[in-house]
Amino acid sequence: MAIAALAGSTVTQEAPRKKSRIALILLLPGIFYLVLFFIVPFVSLVITSLQVPSATNFGQFDTAFNWQTYVDVVGQYGTQILRSFFFALLATVFALLFSYPLAYFIGVKARRWPLLQGLMLVLVIAPFFISFLLRTLAWKQILSDEGFVVSALKALSVLGPQDHITGTPVAVVFGLTYNFIPFMCLPLYTTLERLDVRYLEASNDLYAGPFATFRKVTIPLSLPGIVSGTLLTFIPAAGDYVNASSEFLGGSSSTMMGNVIQSNFLVQLNYPAAAALSIFLRAIILIIVSAYVKRSGTDDLL
Amino acid sequence: MVAGSFAESGADLELVGIHKRFPGFTAIEELSLKVPAGSFFALLGPSGCGKTTTLRLVAGLEEPTSGQVLIGGKDVTGMKPFQRPVNTVFQSYALFPHMTVIENVAFGLRRRKVDDPVAKAHEALRLVELDHLAARKPLQLSGGQQQRVALARAVVNRPALLLLDEPLGALDLKLRRQMQLELKTIQTEVGLTFVHVTHDQEEAMTMADTVAVMNKGAIEQMGAPEELYELPTTVFVANFLGQSNLFTGPVVESTGDTIAVDIAGTRIVVPTARAQRHSGIVTVGVRPEKLSLVTEDPGPAAGLNVIGPGRVVDVSFSGVSTQYIVEVPRLGTMVCFAQNMVFGPVVDVGASVWLSWKVDHGFGLDDVAEQAGAVQVGSAQDIAALDPEAVL
Ligand SMILES: Nc1ncnc2c1ncn2[C@@H]1O[C@H](COP(=O)(O)OP(=O)(O)OP(=O)(O)O)[C@@H](O)[C@H]1O
Ligand SMILES: [Mg+2]
Repeated sequence: MAIAALAGSTVTQEAPRKKSRIALILLLPGIFYLVLFFIVPFVSLVITSLQVPSATNFGQFDTAFNWQTYVDVVGQYGTQILRSFFFALLATVFALLFSYPLAYFIGVKARRWPLLQGLMLVLVIAPFFISFLLRTLAWKQILSDEGFVVSALKALSVLGPQDHITGTPVAVVFGLTYNFIPFMCLPLYTTLERLDVRYLEASNDLYAGPFATFRKVTIPLSLPGIVSGTLLTFIPAAGDYVNASSEFLGGSSSTMMGNVIQSNFLVQLNYPAAAALSIFLRAIILIIVSAYVKRSGTDDLL
Repeated sequence: MVAGSFAESGADLELVGIHKRFPGFTAIEELSLKVPAGSFFALLGPSGCGKTTTLRLVAGLEEPTSGQVLIGGKDVTGMKPFQRPVNTVFQSYALFPHMTVIENVAFGLRRRKVDDPVAKAHEALRLVELDHLAARKPLQLSGGQQQRVALARAVVNRPALLLLDEPLGALDLKLRRQMQLELKTIQTEVGLTFVHVTHDQEEAMTMADTVAVMNKGAIEQMGAPEELYELPTTVFVANFLGQSNLFTGPVVESTGDTIAVDIAGTRIVVPTARAQRHSGIVTVGVRPEKLSLVTEDPGPAAGLNVIGPGRVVDVSFSGVSTQYIVEVPRLGTMVCFAQNMVFGPVVDVGASVWLSWKVDHGFGLDDVAEQAGAVQVGSAQDIAALDPEAVL
């Protein structure tokens, strides 16, 4: 879904409408892939979401058209749904605030020193070399009650004697932000790296100070990067179930939709509810993303 | 400049001992010049000689390694570009791709909170005949149209000092003439100061009050267009601005008024006042249109330099004049332009001719051409193709 939305935002011209066998042949693997790994599971998910518990066999489900499940899960998990989007939004904003200056430095300021540029890019990508589960666990250690962060903050009276960091929304949003920063940083870097500083000079020459130049020239010119970065962060963050899980950084007060789906599928074995939640999550994200892409009008750029 | 208002008049520009070094390359050796307020200053020079760098230093986009920039008597060396009362028409246009044409033009006005920016921007677009394309994005325009938008975007601000980096280079001749007139009108109406970089000598000569010829990061010669053309002081200027016939030889006689130079047995006399150096080996020259071509030996005459006989090797007709290339033994190849007073050329290829010119029309240069005569001449196309730096 994310991929489709991204592709839609960057295609600027319609390809010439010419029937071509080669194009079709080249498209076949892609179509096959989509049918096999997207359409089929999706249809199966829709069917599952409409099933009812079997009257005869306990733990089995019969095919039906029980859309009531959707109403039930939305009512039952409303808090977690809202929380998921809120946390994802926060993580996206924080990741953007952190990544933009970093990407700007690597992509624009560090142009004169290619070595530094390469080094910093490697540092941005380096976390990918270690499983994000391990990295998130490491953060759990660092932020744990025995860790030095908590003791230091307690010593400074920022935290009370009974307070924790792990298990709180703060830790979850922190974890989400941390895990998605590379996804924000890389698209930003690619657009900023191509930013022609002559536009900034022209803006400067036309009486725009640094702030006005940033607002009127730099931001609009890097909008494609901002849009892809925020999408690549927001979409997976909204469905993330690792950071918010109580085995990692979350707790009961910070459960997100991903955790609810996981528990319905794997613990409660309530497949229709889990499927309905998944589809609902997808639908909402699709609506948010299309509204966002449309509004930012990225297809007008470049 | 005060926000919300236009400059009342131009500001003078002074560069004091500017030196600019890029990592590993010195772009400006040493540059000092003064452009009086309200004047039209043209900067001519071969590609890569530092014209754009000079403008960038004035605009504040580049910091001089040493030296000062003064605008309106105020030292602006440390000032940021947006604080300087200067606008630039960039050689690369640098139009904002995400804004429409009209937004591009109104950009500077909006930043300075000028009243009614859109109306003023439309007015500027009408001036460059592009008002009908106001709603387009720059990438949807042709190169010449983009260039005119860049011109409008800078001119609309009526800055005290306007820097134009080859602002008309992409335009056809007719449009270029028209834009030259518009520019000149704006400049004289408000009395703004223009610094204009161009490759078009004619444009520089017709528009500017002062022309400066730049070479290898330094100004070779600066002055009124006629002065620069009639009395070049260096080999570079003599060849870069128009064409010249040059001869190098020792000074053999020096009276109060004239010096005589011996070129392989031929004496060429130049007025002392028009010669930069009066002894030793010197290079003297004369413009091709000052030569007259005769088919009989005119004999020695007072106040006249005569060389010949030579053989005409090429005749090319160019409308108002005809260019003759004459091979003179021991002196080299010479170029002569003759007005077409009669139908067709006066002489044909192979004819034996003498060339003469008034002593008063000659000039003596400050430096010495490495090779006498032959290098500088040739057909006009050859000269255009020659890299001026390679000539030196
Ligand atoms: N940022 C830079 N770093 C290194 N060298 C530079 C830089 N900018 C310009 N130069 C060099 O300085 C010299 C002068 O450049 P400049 O752009 O001023 O030339 P120009 O006279 O405007 O030429 P043209 O007529 O081709 O536009 C050139 O040799 C160029 O290679
Ligand atoms: Mg240039």
